[in-house]
Order: sequence, then structure tokens, then C-alpha cells
Amino acid sequence: MEVTSPQFKSRARTALLDQELQAALQKSRGGFVDKRQFAVNELPEFEQLRERAVAIKNHVLVRLDEYLEQFEQSVSAAGGQVHWASTPEQGVEIITELCRRANAKCVTKGKSMIGEEMSLNDALESEGIEVVETDLGEYIIQLAKEYPSHIIAPAIHKTRTQITELFHEHHAKYGLTERVEEVATIVNEARTVLREQFVKADVGITGANFLLAESGSSVLVTNEGNGDLTSSLPRVHIVTASIEKVLPSYDDLSVFLRILARSATGQEMSSYTSIYSGPAHSNDMDGPSEYHVVLLDNGRSKMLQGEFWEMLRCIRCGACMNHCPVYQSIGGHAYGWVYPGPMGSVWTPLLVGLQNAANLPNACTLNGRCEEVCPVKIPLPKLLRTLRTQIFERGMIDWKSRIGLAMWGWMARNPLLFRCWVNLGSIFLSKLGSKKGSFHHLPFAGGWTEERDFPAPSGRSFVSQWHSGKDH
Amino acid sequence: MSKRSKAVGKSVGLFATCLVDLIRPEIGFSAASLIADAGFEVQVPKSQTCCGQPQFNNGDLAGTRKLARHFLNTFESFDYVVVPSGSCAATVKIHYPEVLAGDLTHVSRAAEMTAKTYELTEFLTEVADYQIVAEYSATCTYHDSCSGYRELGIRTQPRMLLDQVEGLKMTECNESSACCGFGGTFCVKYPQISARIAAEKAENVERSGADTLLGGDLGCLMNIAGTLRRRGSQIQVRHVAEVLAGLGNAPAIGQPQK
Repeated sequence: MEVTSPQFKSRARTALLDQELQAALQKSRGGFVDKRQFAVNELPEFEQLRERAVAIKNHVLVRLDEYLEQFEQSVSAAGGQVHWASTPEQGVEIITELCRRANAKCVTKGKSMIGEEMSLNDALESEGIEVVETDLGEYIIQLAKEYPSHIIAPAIHKTRTQITELFHEHHAKYGLTERVEEVATIVNEARTVLREQFVKADVGITGANFLLAESGSSVLVTNEGNGDLTSSLPRVHIVTASIEKVLPSYDDLSVFLRILARSATGQEMSSYTSIYSGPAHSNDMDGPSEYHVVLLDNGRSKMLQGEFWEMLRCIRCGACMNHCPVYQSIGGHAYGWVYPGPMGSVWTPLLVGLQNAANLPNACTLNGRCEEVCPVKIPLPKLLRTLRTQIFERGMIDWKSRIGLAMWGWMARNPLLFRCWVNLGSIFLSKLGSKKGSFHHLPFAGGWTEERDFPAPSGRSFVSQWHSGKDH
Repeated sequence: MSKRSKAVGKSVGLFATCLVDLIRPEIGFSAASLIADAGFEVQVPKSQTCCGQPQFNNGDLAGTRKLARHFLNTFESFDYVVVPSGSCAATVKIHYPEVLAGDLTHVSRAAEMTAKTYELTEFLTEVADYQIVAEYSATCTYHDSCSGYRELGIRTQPRMLLDQVEGLKMTECNESSACCGFGGTFCVKYPQISARIAAEKAENVERSGADTLLGGDLGCLMNIAGTLRRRGSQIQVRHVAEVLAGLGNAPAIGQPQK
């Protein structure tokens, strides 16, 4: 996928002016937040589960190689095959080859962020394969030729009116004449069309929320059941996952299943929790005849060794973006790559290069709410600050900020100079602003005063008044 | 030993913060009078400047270290250091030991500073045994600034103190602990996003029905006051210290001087 993160500033500005996007964000805002809070309040042991989840992930991350090997052995024993992809390109190559071998004309897909990292749809379509997204949100944005703006709610940036128009435009070929406007009729329309695709697909591709080393299983949680039809109806089932998704056992899985949906949507459990453990066996009534797991690294094993290893605990619940004031203001597309919001602002620079995403770690108020709600306690503000340090130390910070920081630092190290500056500034600005109390316009603060007033100093500097007025 | 006896002969270095120093001396005087009334000896070192938060949040660790050392030199001699700002207090208490970790001569000094540095409402409730004597007849709502709230756990302290103010009625606003969009240099780098977040905060404050918004960090308060004013709102914005110290009748933040 093309990285547009360098244009973050202009894309964010466009997003702020996009009335439909703002309407969609306004409608969704708070929903996830309130539901999560309610679900967490209902579970007294939530904090203990979080602690346990952190401990399990940390345990796995220091033994990732061992668990991945065990996973591969378990998949083989179950009659499936693991494929290793260091880069997205390799992943695409492997999957394309599997589709060719299956002589695939049609591929159904469940939601997969790893698929997005690989730009899998474009690659398969260029091979002449029809690709059908089966998650409703993904299906909507596939119709719109867009990419996800949220990792669990990919079409959250769309209003219902926009969705109605998309179906009107694209489903005419299936005989849809009326505009579908109610949620239930939209869902029914998608379901009717998708049923046909599920049945005719040659290959089904799903993502994975977790991989289990002990059984070689891939675990998928969905609310629509599309994952099951994608994985079990076609002849070939391909799972796309990144290497950090592995857990040792079912016992460990049970911990994560209790915190994932609560953190993500505020549900106790997602509607469907599916565990795929290899191809159909001789006594199974149905199921695929081939089971492949494509494991993508894409920079993760390198992350494991450095100061960003904690990011690999991420279970992609989306809680950080649901609680991020910046994401909630501009939506996900402005971030410019696969992963938006706080977790995306760490992942993106690490996976596509800091030089391509230097805006993202700075586009954060460091309010800390993301860390507060993260089910696996990733210290996102700390990681974002570490990226800022790299940006500063590599000289990638813009010249205005560099000069501003250098001047401020110099003054703050020279108390006499600092005192003069604060005195002059407070006296001048308080005289200038005393009548109105605030500035409507202020040179050098144009960004601030564009949409809000700047409160004027109410008098001479505190420290100077203290020392001149009283004998302390 | 009662808490008050702890105050006898103990000195408090008041770090006003650069923003209070420049914009709102009332907060400095309020903080000083509260600490003095609690029986401590207040000093305001003239050589105080900035805690280095802009440097730290912009990745300039070398610059942060220099300002951290200056801060330690300025405030080390006091028994306590009190700061009327959650984010500046958190910089000193939490982040100085991190940035000075490799500096063997300063890291232990930073740890000592952590132990004796308090945000103002934290100090008044946890160290000083102090009854608030103030009156403020208004319906107030509170903005929990992010650093104080999440890094220092300041939630109940200001409310416990405000509870003692005569005539003051509290009404909580929706999302009181949501970010206001200030974010230090964030509001300079991304002013439009910052203003959008501030508008959300202002709407929540307006919907609360309060006639005064209080908070513990001047940066956030300037952001919210400036936004409310531009929207034509009459809601007054003040630092919690001003109301606790009985200085709540001065013109509010961003209001014309009498």
C-alpha cells in the first residue's frame, strides 16, 4: 500500500473540513468508549486478566522463535503447511502461487490487516482473480475502492447515506433497483450477494487474532460469521498472520478472549469465536482440503530486539484509537498507511521507515488515555516519545521547531535572561491585552488564534512581582 | 504526629511554572498563600525558569537534561517542592529520573527530588493538614488535565479541597478527563486538530450547566478559556488554586482586567 503519511498535515486538514467524515465520526464517537467502560466495570477481575495477558505476551516474545517452531510442527502434524514471509512481497508471492496452484478464479476474504500490509487484493486482482471481501465493513470499502480507516471497524468513516449510494451504484448488476436505507436491509442485501460468492469461491483467506502453538490452530473472532464461511466452504483455506500472534496454549487463549472483545467493542465475547485447526479430516463432513498459514515478519523480528518490543504485545483491539482525541477528530485515513491512531503512529514509522512517517509520533497530545485503556498495557506515550527522540537526534525535526527549542532551552538555562524576557513579555502583552483580556489575533500564534482567543497575561510576571512587592 | 506539626520549620520551594510566571501571577500568589497558611515557609527562587517539558516532549533529551540539572540546583535545598501544574510536576517527578538515568551524579539527586515534589492539590491534601477557608458562590465543573490525572493520579484531591469552599457547587461534566487538545507544543504544530479537540471539550463544559470551569494546569485552562471566549460563552475559567485561596473574584482567565 502506498504510504501517504508524509502528507499527514494536509490530509488531517482535509479530514477536519470533510463534513461527511465529521458526521460519521460524531456518530460513532463515545459509543465504543462507553461500552468498553461498562464491560470493564462488569468484570471485577479485568485488571488481573490484563496483568496475566501482559505476562503471557512477554513470556512468548522472549521465546518467539521456539513457539513459532512449535506452531509450524503442530500445523504440519495437523496436515497443514506454514509458509514464512520476511517481507510483504514474499507474502504476496506465496499466496499468489497457492491461488495459482488451486486454479483459483474467485477468492473470498475475511478481514485481515496483514492482507492490507501486503496489499493482497491488488496483487490477486492483477492475476485476474476476483477477490471478494466478506466482512461487511471491508465489503463496503471494497465497493468504494478505499482502505480501512479503523482496524476493527474498517468503514467507520462512512455515513449510512454514503453506504446506501454505494450499494445503489454497485448492486444494480445484481438486480438491486431500490435504495437500501435501513441497516437491516443493507445487511440483507450484502448477505444475499455474498452467499453466492461464498459458494463459488475456490480459495478462502482469513486473518487470525491468535495462533496456538500447541495445536497449530488459528483463532478468529468475528461478529458476522463470515470467517467461518470463508474458511470452510472453499477447497483451500489460507490464513494470513504476523509472527507475534502466537500463544502457547488454549489456556492462554482463554485470557485473551476475555479481554479482547471487552476492550474492542465492549462485548463480553464476539459473536463468533472460531478455531481452525488444519484441513478437513477423513471423518469431517466438510472443510477445506488444504490449510496454509502464511506468517509475515515485515520488520517485527527486528522490533523484538530494540526499545519498541512492547509494541509486539498488541492484540489489535482498537481501544487506543477509540480513546484518542486526535483519531476521533480526523479519522484513520489521514495517518496514511494500514494502521491509524496511537498504535499506528508507532507501527507505521517502524514498518515503513521513520523518514516516511515522522509526522505521526508528533501528532499526539501525550494525554495517555491510550495506555490507560490498552488491554496489554503498551506504554504508547513512552514509545511515541522515543520515536520523537529519534526524529530529533537524526535531525528530522522541522527547522522552526529546532530553532524554537534551541532558543527556549538557551533562555531557560540563563535565569537572568529568562527573567528579562518574561518581564518584558508579561508587561507588554498585559498592557496590550488588558482591555479585552484576550487576543483575537496574535502574530506568531496564528494557528492558535485562528479558532480560539489567546488569553492575555493579567499583569507583570509572578516571580518578579513576588520579589519586588514583598520582602521574602 | 499531626500533619500540621510536619509543617513547622519546613521550607517549600514554589515552582510557579513558566506559564504561570508569564500569564497568570494570580495562580502563583494563590499557591503561595495556601502553602503559607498551611504553616510552611514559602520561597520562590528567582532563578527558576522552565522544567524542560517542551524539550522532553520534542525528543531533545540533551536539552532536557540541562534544564533538569538547573531545576535540581535551584530547588534542591527545600524540604518540599510544590508545583501548581500536573504536567510540570510529572516532568520533575517521573521523567527527570528517566532522562538522568545515565548521569550518575544527578540520578540520585533526581530520585530525591521525585520524593519531595508535589502537585499543589496533592500537597495540600497529602502533606499539609489544611482546612480551606474560602467562599466562591458558583456552580463549578472540573477539567482533569491529562498528566496530573494519568501520570500522578490526581482525581479526588482537587474535589476534596473544593468541597470545603463555601457556596461552591460542583457539577461534573461529561468526559472530564478527556484531553482538551492543548498538548504543549502539539497546539502549535497541529493547531487545527487541537482546536477541534478543544471545541469538543468546550461543548462538554457548556452542557454541564456550570458557570465556572476549574482545573489544575494553566496551559489547558488557556486553551479552554480561549475556545469558550471565541464561542461567546460567559463561563469563567480559573485555576483551582485561585478559588481555594479566596482570590476567585479577580477577572477570570482571558477576561478584561478591571
